[in-house]
Amino acid sequence: MSPSADGGAGILGIRGAALALGGRTLWSGLDLVLREGEFLAVLGANGTGKTSLLRAILGQQRLDAGHIELDGRPVRRGDRRIGYVPQQKLIQPGTPMRGRDLIGLGVNGHRFGPPLTTRVERERIDGLVAAVGAERYADEPVGNLSGGEQQRLRVGQALAGDPRLLLCDEPLISLDLQHQRGVSGLLDARRREHGTPVVFVTHDVNPVLGMVDRILYLAAGGYRIGTPDEVLRSEVLTELYGTPVEVIRSSGRIIVAGLPQHSDHHAEHDA
Amino acid sequence: MTVDLWSRMFSFEDYGALLQLVQNSIIAGAVLGIVGGLIGVFILQRDMAFAVHGISELSFAGAAGALLLGVNVVAGSLVGSLVAALIIGLLGSRARDRNSIIGVLMPAGLGLGILFLALYPGRSGNQFGLLTGQIIAVDSPQLGLLIGISVLVLVALLLVWRPLTFDSLDADVAAARGVPGRWLSLGFMVLLGLIVAVSVQIIGALLVMALLVTPAAAALRVSSSPVLVPVLSMLFGFVSAVGGILLAIGGSLPISPYITTISFLIYLVCRVLGARRSRVRS
Repeated sequence: MSPSADGGAGILGIRGAALALGGRTLWSGLDLVLREGEFLAVLGANGTGKTSLLRAILGQQRLDAGHIELDGRPVRRGDRRIGYVPQQKLIQPGTPMRGRDLIGLGVNGHRFGPPLTTRVERERIDGLVAAVGAERYADEPVGNLSGGEQQRLRVGQALAGDPRLLLCDEPLISLDLQHQRGVSGLLDARRREHGTPVVFVTHDVNPVLGMVDRILYLAAGGYRIGTPDEVLRSEVLTELYGTPVEVIRSSGRIIVAGLPQHSDHHAEHDA
Repeated sequence: MTVDLWSRMFSFEDYGALLQLVQNSIIAGAVLGIVGGLIGVFILQRDMAFAVHGISELSFAGAAGALLLGVNVVAGSLVGSLVAALIIGLLGSRARDRNSIIGVLMPAGLGLGILFLALYPGRSGNQFGLLTGQIIAVDSPQLGLLIGISVLVLVALLLVWRPLTFDSLDADVAAARGVPGRWLSLGFMVLLGLIVAVSVQIIGALLVMALLVTPAAAALRVSSSPVLVPVLSMLFGFVSAVGGILLAIGGSLPISPYITTISFLIYLVCRVLGARRSRVRS
């Protein structure tokens, strides 16, 4: 990840960002520059504004202060330079759509006009199906697929617009270990091969610990940014939370213990 | 007795002459069947079946009001439909809010409609027609209007097909890709309002679901293909509407029961086929 590949300005720039919802400040004075190929994990308890940060980058949430730029231009609603992988919501059985149609929505789903798919678009969809390794079930009804298979297709959908930036909101939630590896591997490959930075919101950093370059750790009213070794330390999180917190490393996993109970129900969860 | 009942239900005397008389009604039924089948796919994907019923009761109130005031019944029906569709669209973006709003609107609309009909001094045939269907009573210029509205809805649906599919499946991601979800939802409600107003004229406010919901529900039982489901749904709607009219014109009974029965039978067959299909797969 050479920091100079993008001229040092970064692909995503967040400066002095602040957001309050319902009279409660989620974060303020947030500064962050994301460079080419960088993998940023956003951690923090529920209600600390992780998803709101993604919504702000997507231009769907107005900031109270500061601004966010992508390639030097302010972000706006519906910016197709951004690929977005949502939280895993199972698609109902009986939905009249095949796996490849889910990816197809990323290719031309935003376009009005007669619902005809051109040959070029079909080839693009085939390419994406192959890129996320979904050939085996691309023609199955999407509602019959497992959560992991659906999530792979969603990654394909997010890559359809050849994005400059990937935003992922808890994309691994309720997936088994094998699919967690598969889906995070796809994101890792994309940022390595195309330099697309990844913002990855999660409550459990362990499945992606090997890929994370930096962590943005949000806690009530404050935040820390740095490498995992800089941020996931007892004294750093104790200071951030204002109460004793212990970071335990055991056999390659990181567990944060002693989080304030009121912060959320994930308190005893992995970091 | 049974022979009498049979001849009231089915009679093919002077069939050719009758067919000429109702030619326009058949065209209107055919177009509505096709468009209803198509929009039904979205109604089910967006979980709007209950909304259809709510809109149709207000459409009935509008039509009954127009009848009382002596103005164009189709126009009254359209006004009622669109008011209901916009209220539901603007206030009910979340499913739970939506259902409670519809639950409130529905009896209010039905009640108003019944009041207007009770005050209406004209023939009672017109009155029940609005609730249970009266296509034969609709005159030619109005039939032309109904066909025109249906074609308009058909074209509009085809133009918004992809973004609407995207928004129906996953509104968050669609919004991130620049799909104007809010406007699409409202636009869809307007199209729904228009087609409900047409359906009220043809099969009656109480029975609109037979052409707007049942065909799509049947198609989804036998297929998950994004092409086959709308095609089958349109075919089922067409067969129900046209078949119902063709069977009914000879007898002396209203048309709607024929349409609803055909549509229901198609659904039953599809359910059985669908159950067999999923058993084979698993």
